[in-house]
Amino acid sequence: MTTAAPAARTPTRDVEKDASMQKQKAMMAAHYDRLTSAPETGAKVCSTFVPGNLNELIGCFDLLNNLPEVNAIQSGLRRVSGQYVMEAEKIGHSEDVCTYVKSDIGMMAKGNIAPNGQKFPNPDVLLLSYTGCFTFMKWFELLREQFKCETIMLHTPYMGDGRFTPNMIEYMVKQLRDEVIPKLERVSGVKFDIDRLRERLKKSAQAEDDLVHVLQTARNTPSPIDAYFGGIYYIGPIFGAFRGTDDAIDYYRFLRNEIDERLAQGRGPVTPEGDMGRERYRLVVEGPPNYTHFRQFWKMFYDEGAVVVASSYTKVGGVYDFGFRHDASRPLETLAEYCLGVYTNRSLPMRIDMLTNYVEDYRADGLLINSIKSCNSFSAGQLLMMREVEKRTGKPAAFIESDLVDPRYFSAANIKNRLESYFQMVEQRRASARTAA
Amino acid sequence: MRTYVGIDLGSTTTKAVLIDDDSRVLGRGITNSRSNYATAARVASEEARIDGRFTLFHRALQRDGDPGDRLELFLAALERAFRLEQFQEQLADLERTCNGQFRGGRFAELEAGVRRALDEVFKRVRSEVAAMFAPGARRKSDFFRDIAGAHYYTHAEAVGRELSLPYEILLNIYDKSILEVENRPPAGDLSGKFRRALQKILAEDGHIGQQAAHLQHVIEDTLDVDLEDGYLVGTGYGRVTLPFSKEHIRSEILCHGLGAHMMYPNTRTVLDIGGQDTKGIQVDGDGIVTSFQMNDRCAAGCGRYLGYIADEMSIGLHELGPMAMKSDCPSRINSTCTVFAGAELRDRLSLGEKREDIVAGLHRAIILRAISIISRSGGVTNEFTFTGGVAKNEAAVRELRQLIKANYGDVVININPDSIYTGALGAAEFARRAYEGGARQEAQA
Repeated sequence: MTTAAPAARTPTRDVEKDASMQKQKAMMAAHYDRLTSAPETGAKVCSTFVPGNLNELIGCFDLLNNLPEVNAIQSGLRRVSGQYVMEAEKIGHSEDVCTYVKSDIGMMAKGNIAPNGQKFPNPDVLLLSYTGCFTFMKWFELLREQFKCETIMLHTPYMGDGRFTPNMIEYMVKQLRDEVIPKLERVSGVKFDIDRLRERLKKSAQAEDDLVHVLQTARNTPSPIDAYFGGIYYIGPIFGAFRGTDDAIDYYRFLRNEIDERLAQGRGPVTPEGDMGRERYRLVVEGPPNYTHFRQFWKMFYDEGAVVVASSYTKVGGVYDFGFRHDASRPLETLAEYCLGVYTNRSLPMRIDMLTNYVEDYRADGLLINSIKSCNSFSAGQLLMMREVEKRTGKPAAFIESDLVDPRYFSAANIKNRLESYFQMVEQRRASARTAA
Repeated sequence: MRTYVGIDLGSTTTKAVLIDDDSRVLGRGITNSRSNYATAARVASEEARIDGRFTLFHRALQRDGDPGDRLELFLAALERAFRLEQFQEQLADLERTCNGQFRGGRFAELEAGVRRALDEVFKRVRSEVAAMFAPGARRKSDFFRDIAGAHYYTHAEAVGRELSLPYEILLNIYDKSILEVENRPPAGDLSGKFRRALQKILAEDGHIGQQAAHLQHVIEDTLDVDLEDGYLVGTGYGRVTLPFSKEHIRSEILCHGLGAHMMYPNTRTVLDIGGQDTKGIQVDGDGIVTSFQMNDRCAAGCGRYLGYIADEMSIGLHELGPMAMKSDCPSRINSTCTVFAGAELRDRLSLGEKREDIVAGLHRAIILRAISIISRSGGVTNEFTFTGGVAKNEAAVRELRQLIKANYGDVVININPDSIYTGALGAAEFARRAYEGGARQEAQA
């Protein structure tokens, strides 16, 4: 349940990209090169997950960050995840297991090749910093078995009561201080320096400000961005290996200027086929996208003039738009608060509040849920959430189903049918509202 | 007279409905979808126009105060004569096409023998044509492919034997030819066919006698009514493959919702089980869809599943329902997976379960899946309408009634004899509204 921008080897022929996308592509390519050359440079590698990732902390130990879900996404975008998933099934993983896991396991079984064509290095440490998804834990157990390396499991309490308490923060800080930091010191051979961490946290907050600015430009009509398909590009660096770095600050300032310019010119979002035509529908989307047919899926929206103005998926690596920023004055506490606050660690009522807020605040026509077959962590309760958001906002909602990176679960005709029905439903409601008025 | 056409391009059949300015149904037409939606759409709309002419005849004769029974008899005779005309035209086309398969083809060596056989087969089929359209004759299907095929197969087998020709060759020729014939657009000249049909019954039916001139007059007058094309809307599985522009396409979910509302204005929940998908739809008091759910990529439990089961049992699709109705102890079926349909069936048979119990269990499993889709779409709040091909299956309907009652209590359940046309009806109404909207805009401009 996470994000990334396509890396260097994603086919890009005929695809229109903004300068920020090109910039990000270069950043991702450089990161993969750093990773795959680790055996030569001697750099040590930490595998971790996007939600609740402690990138600032990892950076303090000069560790390189490798994100298995992002690798699965890259495999999906490059259309190789299908064969990896089947490889994992051959090894014995059932059809119902999370397809990120199976893509990752299958990729390792087939040589562990990164998007740049080089072999991924083995991890020196596995750092699990978020437990809202139980499958992550099992995933790292499988990797631990394979790589026999140091494994750190930080427990993040679930926000079942809709808030976090001082006790929860204290509990997490204690784990960070007593477990996580000593183990990272041991693996890396680098002594922990809290001032270095503060420095990185400051950089994070700066980039976070610009990201929020960009995402909130979608409040305008027409929206200059697509906050789901485009949003996945925008969150790439900050949810991945770049939070807390100068690269991220540069990127988000650059992106902010680019989007502000788009806004000033009254332009809509960029799509793979250039600027989107007239904005006809404004949607809030809940749930991850499908990555194996990403462009085809996106096209079903922009061909109809549908723009996503807010999405929950672009909050899985951190919810920043309600005010949270990494706070350098409370370095360990802020990391705990960050982990607690990620979207999928929020209770169902909290998610409902957020989605309702988005529908209203971004003046959306309604809510669309893309329910993921192999991700129970995201999907459980979605239908109830949908009904509640519908009730509170009075706006129509719709439900589609696909998968993260298993191409077998993407039925283009079925999804297109439901999407078109939904758009026409919105249209029909508008027409009857006009008649009533 | 301005008319509006709605076409529902289903995965199994293509349906068309023709309505007038007052949203009244003039005609309905259906054909098998083949793999060619363009032809299917043309055939179905022509069928709807033919049916529309009969409605107009009916209205005109009723206006003239013709007594009901005699009127019905006359129109039934006219329709039989018309269908016979149509059938003969297509049969002649089929014969020509079969004979055309020799050109440089693989049957060249056997040409003389096969030609002789074809002549004989078609002679025998032709001799039966009149009986096929005689009063009271029952046809299992109204599609040319099915009627002609059944007769051709029977005679080809006998003639093959008599002339010592392999039956497969004759079958092969038919299979190749029927595709071509089906995919050829209808020949048209509907008025000509109506006139020939009318002449035929006037000549054959002595009772009509002094009425002849009057009837001829009414029919001619009605044939002169121009059915002007107002607007057309396409929907259904094959809609995107048609050369319709976007403005002429509507989602099948919206069309089914609106169609069901037109048939039963108090409907709030619609269940449609078609060949490829199952849809649960909620509509408001104006027939506007408020919420819907449908099956995902897996088509388990849809109409096609029943088709596989029928194939597996080597029986006709329409025989499944009656077989299931004989059961008083339906089997408990867990999987409606189409891929495993055959295996499930053989498994049960090998355990000694009765065919009718298994089939009854399969019907129940399908409806259970549909009930889950309905509940996800918002449940049943008021009148409930069941549409789609599966609504014609009595065993499926029986299970549905039981399960709706068990889950939602006593709810009015509507099943229209024309339920298969629900989507096309909604599409036709969308066409009428689109025309009206366009006309209004033009007037304002």
